[in-house]
Amino acid sequence: MEFIQNFPFITIVLSLICSIVAFGFKGKNARFITYFLLISSAIMSISVIVYNSTVGDGYFVYRMGHYDAPIGNEISAGFLEPFFALLFEIIIFLSITGGSRKIFEDIKESKHKFFYIMVNLAHAALIALSYTNDIFTAYVFIEICTIASCSLLMLRSSGKSLVAATRYMIFSLIGSAFTLIGIILLYSITGHLLFPQLYSTLQTLWETGSYTMPLTISLGLLICGLAIKSGLFPFHLWMPDTYGTATPAASGILSGVISKGYIFLLFKIIYRVISVEIFLDSGIHYLIFVLGILGMIFGSVSAINAKNINFMIAFSSAAQIGYIYMGLGLGTTAALVAALFQITSHALTKPLLFLSASGLSQTVSGKQGFSAIASTGHNNKIAGLTFGAGALSMIGIPVFVGFVPKLLFGMSAFDHGIRTYLVLIALAISTILNVVYFLRTTINIFASPKSNIKRKNITFKQAKVFSVVVILMTAINVGVGLHSQPLISFFEKGIEIFSTMR
Amino acid sequence: MNLLINYEEATSMILFAIGFTMLVFSKNILKKIMGLNIMDTGIYLFLASMGYIENKLTPIVPSTGNVNASDYINPIPTGLVLTGIVVSVSVSALMLALTIKLYKKFHTLNLDEIYEKCNKEEDDE
Repeated sequence: MEFIQNFPFITIVLSLICSIVAFGFKGKNARFITYFLLISSAIMSISVIVYNSTVGDGYFVYRMGHYDAPIGNEISAGFLEPFFALLFEIIIFLSITGGSRKIFEDIKESKHKFFYIMVNLAHAALIALSYTNDIFTAYVFIEICTIASCSLLMLRSSGKSLVAATRYMIFSLIGSAFTLIGIILLYSITGHLLFPQLYSTLQTLWETGSYTMPLTISLGLLICGLAIKSGLFPFHLWMPDTYGTATPAASGILSGVISKGYIFLLFKIIYRVISVEIFLDSGIHYLIFVLGILGMIFGSVSAINAKNINFMIAFSSAAQIGYIYMGLGLGTTAALVAALFQITSHALTKPLLFLSASGLSQTVSGKQGFSAIASTGHNNKIAGLTFGAGALSMIGIPVFVGFVPKLLFGMSAFDHGIRTYLVLIALAISTILNVVYFLRTTINIFASPKSNIKRKNITFKQAKVFSVVVILMTAINVGVGLHSQPLISFFEKGIEIFSTMR
Repeated sequence: MNLLINYEEATSMILFAIGFTMLVFSKNILKKIMGLNIMDTGIYLFLASMGYIENKLTPIVPSTGNVNASDYINPIPTGLVLTGIVVSVSVSALMLALTIKLYKKFHTLNLDEIYEKCNKEEDDE
């Protein structure tokens, strides 16, 4: 076995070790441990991508403790697993760097280190969710992810964030319970927990027509649990409070990364456990498709009615997650590629919007109401411009990354009968609604100053790190938007490898 | 009749339903945490009953004597239940910590009152 094949395992263990080691340090020093973890993990993720694309079959399976299945636990890495691990690492790095000043402002000094400890823990959980080959291990790390994300939210200690944490926790726990009961039903029917064994047993059972109803129920519960946790309509009600009240770095991580971790796991389960054929045969995809489309529209409608900029961005997440589920509901390879691209696009754009919005609200002493932030684009030009870029990306203007998944969804929707029209109409309505609230806000922040609210000017020199990070995020957004084809080919190749990994 | 034969599964589903109802509908946050624990217990009972085979031995292999695997119950669900309990305890601990913080801030455990007070604070701002 090549040494590189140990990297996914080392990344998970290193994250857990860093979480413990960070307890011994003060806040600012704990931050450097997180940076060390993220940089070293990113290097390992890149190594795994390069290794898989140049050597061997394009994937490998790592047996924990070298015990064979079904006794041993496994980790597997193809193209998509290390890619999403890398994406999560980049987004977490940029979010905590860009939002570092706000972290120190929003959270008590004695609790700074806990923020970084929880980031390390969330990183461990996300990486494990990306790489794991065992469905029960996935459940354990789902719960670790829930604990870490709830703690990130609680650390702000304001009344609003505590209430948001409670609401988030209740929704998350309901989601976890459904996931767990789905997993247990699946185990009781198949007798396996590892993906490849589950896949082969499910195939046999489905072909023979035995246990069709219990299997459909267990898969439905599993998907429903993960959908609740990732915020699919109508389970998106925890989103505005959660994303809107956390410190901007935590909002970026929660919306850009953590919800995507659950969706990527669901994607893995659909592809590697259930198989697309059974998924489409079971009829669950119709439900996901309809909820996805409803999410796209109602998420945007809620965003239009949102009372402040952070709530608006949070509700927009519900709409964007609707796109991903719509792609999963279509079930074709082209739609799944579009869904993967949407995960990437949303992960790249949403933290940018949260950070830029925090930059704008800083000019008016942290106020987030639309009237308060009006014209603040003149006081913090970089935040205003990068918010505008993020908003254009969310709307789906060409050049920005947000355009690509919309185009891919549109193209993949053809030949689906009535669903073709539904997708195209939903895309059109959703884009118009996006224009209404994002463009309205962008125009609002660049409007001529009218109100008498006292504003503070924030220049590049005053917020160097923040400015560099948001500019970098915008550059990545445009870069990926302009050169999307290599990434699309990469996703197609990744899905092809997923099929061979069974 | 089937429910009587599968009484363990039936009990676990009843426990799950009770816990779920408490978690979703109870206004008191402590009762919600209790509901969460009852719900998890229901799931663990369901899981443990899956691995239990009547008249078989505990899956601890003696140093001498019988080592035939078919004489023992399935040890995997038991292991999973133990892992699940650890997870459940951690989540409950976090929820209780959150409850303490909420109580210190709002002086009540009723979630409706907490939401009301929180919205009032927001409006005052």
